Amino acid sequence: MSNKLYAPIILLLVLAFLIGPFIIIIAASLSAGETLSFPPQGLSLRWVIKVFEVESFRASFGISMFLAIGGTIAALILGIPASYALSRYKVPGAETIRTIVSSPIIVPGIIVGLALLRYFVVPFNFGILFALFLAHTALILPYAVRVVSASLTNLRSDIEEAAVLLGCSRVGAFFRVVMPNIRGGILAAFILGFVTSFNQVPVSLFLSGPGVRTLPIDMLSYMEITYDPSVAALSALLAFMSLGIVFLAERFLGFSRYV
Amino acid sequence: MSDSRFLSLEKLTLSYGKNVAVPEMDLDIAKGELVALLGPSGCGKTTTMRAIAGLMEPASGAIVLDGANITRVPANKRPVGLVFQSYALFPHLNVYENVAFGLKLMGVKGKDLETRVNDGLKTVGLSQYATRKPAELSGGQQQRVSLARSMVMEPKVLLLDEPLSNLDARLRLEMRTELQRVQKESGVTMIFVTHDQVEALAMADRIIVMLDGHIEQIGTPEDIYNNPASDFVADFVGFENVFERVGDTIKTANGDVAISGDIDDATKGLAWRPSMVTLGEGPYEGTVRGTSFAGGTREYLLDTPLGQIKAECDAALPAHDFGAVLKFDLPVAKAAQLARTGSL
Ligand SMILES: Nc1ncnc2c1ncn2[C@@H]1O[C@H](COP(=O)(O)OP(=O)(O)OP(=O)(O)O)[C@@H](O)[C@H]1O
Ligand SMILES: [Mg+2]
Repeated sequence: MSNKLYAPIILLLVLAFLIGPFIIIIAASLSAGETLSFPPQGLSLRWVIKVFEVESFRASFGISMFLAIGGTIAALILGIPASYALSRYKVPGAETIRTIVSSPIIVPGIIVGLALLRYFVVPFNFGILFALFLAHTALILPYAVRVVSASLTNLRSDIEEAAVLLGCSRVGAFFRVVMPNIRGGILAAFILGFVTSFNQVPVSLFLSGPGVRTLPIDMLSYMEITYDPSVAALSALLAFMSLGIVFLAERFLGFSRYV
Repeated sequence: MSDSRFLSLEKLTLSYGKNVAVPEMDLDIAKGELVALLGPSGCGKTTTMRAIAGLMEPASGAIVLDGANITRVPANKRPVGLVFQSYALFPHLNVYENVAFGLKLMGVKGKDLETRVNDGLKTVGLSQYATRKPAELSGGQQQRVSLARSMVMEPKVLLLDEPLSNLDARLRLEMRTELQRVQKESGVTMIFVTHDQVEALAMADRIIVMLDGHIEQIGTPEDIYNNPASDFVADFVGFENVFERVGDTIKTANGDVAISGDIDDATKGLAWRPSMVTLGEGPYEGTVRGTSFAGGTREYLLDTPLGQIKAECDAALPAHDFGAVLKFDLPVAKAAQLARTGSL
């Protein structure tokens, strides 16, 4: 067989592999039956509606949203100045700093979570929510630094000097001519951070307590007790939410340029 | 302060860490002058400009502008404009907003702002491009925006770092006259950097030739062109045959050669343009090692007892073949007499 025939077949397999599970989840969530199954038994929206009725889902969705948005904002507040300093000044050991900042990407999340629990939450008596917030911020920071650094590298630094010569202070130049030009990168970092945080399981696994759980963890424990299709329905809804965000970002910002 | 000392550098020393790029420079620039800062790569032109603009702190010395010592005045408070070689336009702002940027920071608003920005755009002929983004402009147009952006601030001194080097040959000629026109019309004191002597000679009222961080010669274009002060300047403006002179001899690759003529006692060197070399007669002989046709003239590279000599004659005359032996002379009467040598 020639390459011409192989290529489309491989492409189809890859697509099936990527999209297949998603289709199965959607189908399963539309089932009318009592248990999670595929193919679905009949069609109904009852499990989709059920999702909104489960009290703990509502609470944990709120916490996940708070962590994803709050953690990402915190990571950007730390990450933007850090990226700026790394790209504009001759920081001694810049490479080492970059590596350290990126380490949460490299170190498995489960270790980060365990370490935070063992060395912060327990000895310092941190609240779970605060620990989760720290963990998620730390987790998002590398993405923020990477994406923002990339757009800073593409931006010539002489425009800052030009702004200063036209009357700006150094800080003013940063806000007037640097920030507007890395806006796309910041938004891309925000979306990446949000999605990463929202879907995070391993770190959050260790950091859950009474009344404080992220949505993915809540889903796991829900499934341990109840095996109905509402988890599939929730997964499908979350997937659509992520898709929607990425679609809007791509549509209005050309998101894929920055990642 | 007199008008001839509008901008003064006084023993200005500029360094990068331990490396001194410009040691103790003294320089006076008159009000309304168009000055070219000419010199080879790495001689400190950009460094000097950045120091005048305030982007670089001098190690020692002073900068005095219009009677005020501005050495410690921060860059954003100096009445100095700088047009960057890369234009440095703000990519997120359109042409109008780029030009309005500094004025807005100064607190200019409303009708006044509009008038000044539009006047600026008109001066550089870009009125119809006001709403374009920098990325949608040609290099020459970006250059004009950058010029307008600095000009509308009405700086006391406008600095331009290699303003023409990013443009193609035709645009460069156009921008030369454009810059001259803008400078003459506004009367702003302007210093531009170039490493192209033709550009400096064509545009400037006065040329400062720099070498290795110091000033080698300052003079009018005629001065620099006809009376170079050193072997370096002579070579830079096209005197391709340069010799050190001791008494009645010139030092050549093959030892001292006697010369005769009216030479000033202080003269340390003699230099001839190819066009000043007499070809076809004279006391010396050379073998043709290369010829090149340059339109109206033909250049010859000769191997001679004095070393290599470049000579030039009317292209209408019959060409000499490679290997031909020609008589030639270096007439002392025509030579430029150099006050200094040893910088080549
Ligand atoms: N940021 C810097 N750090 C250290 N040394 C520098 C720096 N910038 C310039 N130099 C040195 O200072 C000297 C003068 O440099 P400068 O940029 O002023 O030269 P220039 O005349 O503008 O050259 P060119 O025509 O290539 O632009 C050079 O020897 C250069 O190596
Ligand atoms: Mg330079």
